[in-house]
Amino acid sequence: MEDLDGRWRDLNRLLARPGNIVGPGFEPQDEWIEFLQHQVRVLCVGAGGLGCELLKDLALSGFGNIDVIDLDTIDVSNLNRQFLFRMKDVGKSKAKVAAERVMERVQGVTVTPHFCRIEEKDRDFYEEFHLILLGLDSLEARRYMNQIACSFLEFDEDGKPDLSTIKPMIDGGTEGLKGHARVILPGITPCFDCTLWLFPPQTKFPLCTLAETPRSPAHCIEYVHLIQWPQEKGGEEFDSDDDTHMQWVYQQALKRAQQYGIQGVTLQLTQGVVKNIIPAIASTNAVVAAACTLEALKLVTLCSTGMNNYMMYVGTDGIYTHTAQYERDTQCLVCGAGVPMQVSPTATLQEVIDTLKESPALGGRHLRRPSISSGSSNLYMHGPLEESTRPNLRKTISSLVDGDGSILQVNDPGLAGPMRVSLQFRQS
Amino acid sequence: MIKLFSVKEKQQKEAAAAHGKLKQSPGELRLQKDISELNLAKGTTIIFPQGKDKLLNFEITIRPDEGLYKGGAFVFSFNVPTSYPHDAPKVKCKTRVYHPNIDLEGNVCLNILREDWKPVLSTNSIIYGLQFLFLDPNPDDPLNKDAAQMLQNDARSFEHSVRTSISRGAHIGGSYFPPCKA
Repeated sequence: MEDLDGRWRDLNRLLARPGNIVGPGFEPQDEWIEFLQHQVRVLCVGAGGLGCELLKDLALSGFGNIDVIDLDTIDVSNLNRQFLFRMKDVGKSKAKVAAERVMERVQGVTVTPHFCRIEEKDRDFYEEFHLILLGLDSLEARRYMNQIACSFLEFDEDGKPDLSTIKPMIDGGTEGLKGHARVILPGITPCFDCTLWLFPPQTKFPLCTLAETPRSPAHCIEYVHLIQWPQEKGGEEFDSDDDTHMQWVYQQALKRAQQYGIQGVTLQLTQGVVKNIIPAIASTNAVVAAACTLEALKLVTLCSTGMNNYMMYVGTDGIYTHTAQYERDTQCLVCGAGVPMQVSPTATLQEVIDTLKESPALGGRHLRRPSISSGSSNLYMHGPLEESTRPNLRKTISSLVDGDGSILQVNDPGLAGPMRVSLQFRQS
Repeated sequence: MIKLFSVKEKQQKEAAAAHGKLKQSPGELRLQKDISELNLAKGTTIIFPQGKDKLLNFEITIRPDEGLYKGGAFVFSFNVPTSYPHDAPKVKCKTRVYHPNIDLEGNVCLNILREDWKPVLSTNSIIYGLQFLFLDPNPDDPLNKDAAQMLQNDARSFEHSVRTSISRGAHIGGSYFPPCKA
């Protein structure tokens, strides 16, 4: 790689020299730049506040092949912090404009945009990438990506994760002056579903408070939004992007506030409460994206010991960061131990369950009342679905699942956590 | 830390798992666990209107065997978001019932459905909560103010109104409550 004005000089100090705090097995060499530029493929999910920062940081840190995916278009309210966008870009795809801008400004980088929902891409698409960075604002999108990343993970006969199947994810998140960066190595560090409790619940007011004893402007707004709208608009779905809907909620909330002598209902507050908006801060995005990119560089090259595994950042009073080592949840439904199991395709579901129970490696002796699902198909369920799923016990396993390699989800009160079994068909 | 790129060429793993789009959300995975562990009290039933493989929408019928609401059958629709269990299921009462904590639109005032929901809670916890509402209606947190006031001021009339509305149907305070005998 041509050394344009010594642009890689600083990066080479990290990558081409030995050091005392390098990761285990780090090999200092000049070729790292070439590797980053041409061989590593990273995916940046989201091209918003964090996404813009991530793309810029990645490109300037030597990553030469970046894909970016975002379903959103540019809104005028994004321009204060999503610095890759200009007034003339309003209405265009965030992913496309961000990709163009980064390529204009950073020589030699290829950014490939994908203007679509993350759900529109299949597993094969995500498998292409060595590393996935998340700049998202919703828990749902994070859990979706988490499930994708965890789905590549395979376990050996002893239930130990196969390291070569790990799809690392680095997640950034910001909310106002607070943020976090975390490194997810499925099977090694906790995944999103292991630590679901880390995500703050949305503020929810008791319905009866809203109905009978409102004390704040937000109470009045939520009352109109949740109770009065369905009562008076009979069946019409509330659309928070429809201006007339928002105006109606605002006007009604104002009336209710007057009734109870409450001050402070404004249109802006109405929008904030209904859409659950927390103002985004540019500097928080910058700090969090920088931390994420640094972790990406460390993961790929091992040039320094990586973060283990969650850093929180609080900028409300000065600057505070703290790194905590969270632990995996043995009960996790998404990244929990999975084991391969050989079965004959002509075996009945009952026989598969019996094999499970007899298999010490699968923890079978702990099984008491196993319920078995494959994807959305509930093959055999204890509880209220027992009767309707019982006929499946006599059917062959190959008629119940998609085929070789299908995953069975086993829930059982006798297990420490749910178990995933990957079926491997062999002719008996 | 692990060494992810010790082999610099990307390993071509054989496609083992069935590829393509993910077939279910993590919320659904968790719900499968909930449903397999569901322990319904006598008189409480569940149906899945869209079949056994569509768990995100279901109906629970509660038939209290003691208390003021004994003899009635009350249907609740559960709509479980894919963000479950981060977010609670959306629960509505489909039976019109004269109850201080349930309004005429079917909104239910139960703390664990909103402000006190936590991911460790389950579908089972909500069903217990709903059963408890019928055993111990709470006039201090009213959603139906008329019902709450009557319960507080004249418990005997309240009891009479509830029983009549369940067995024969009744007009109470300008609204009609059709019979809902179990």
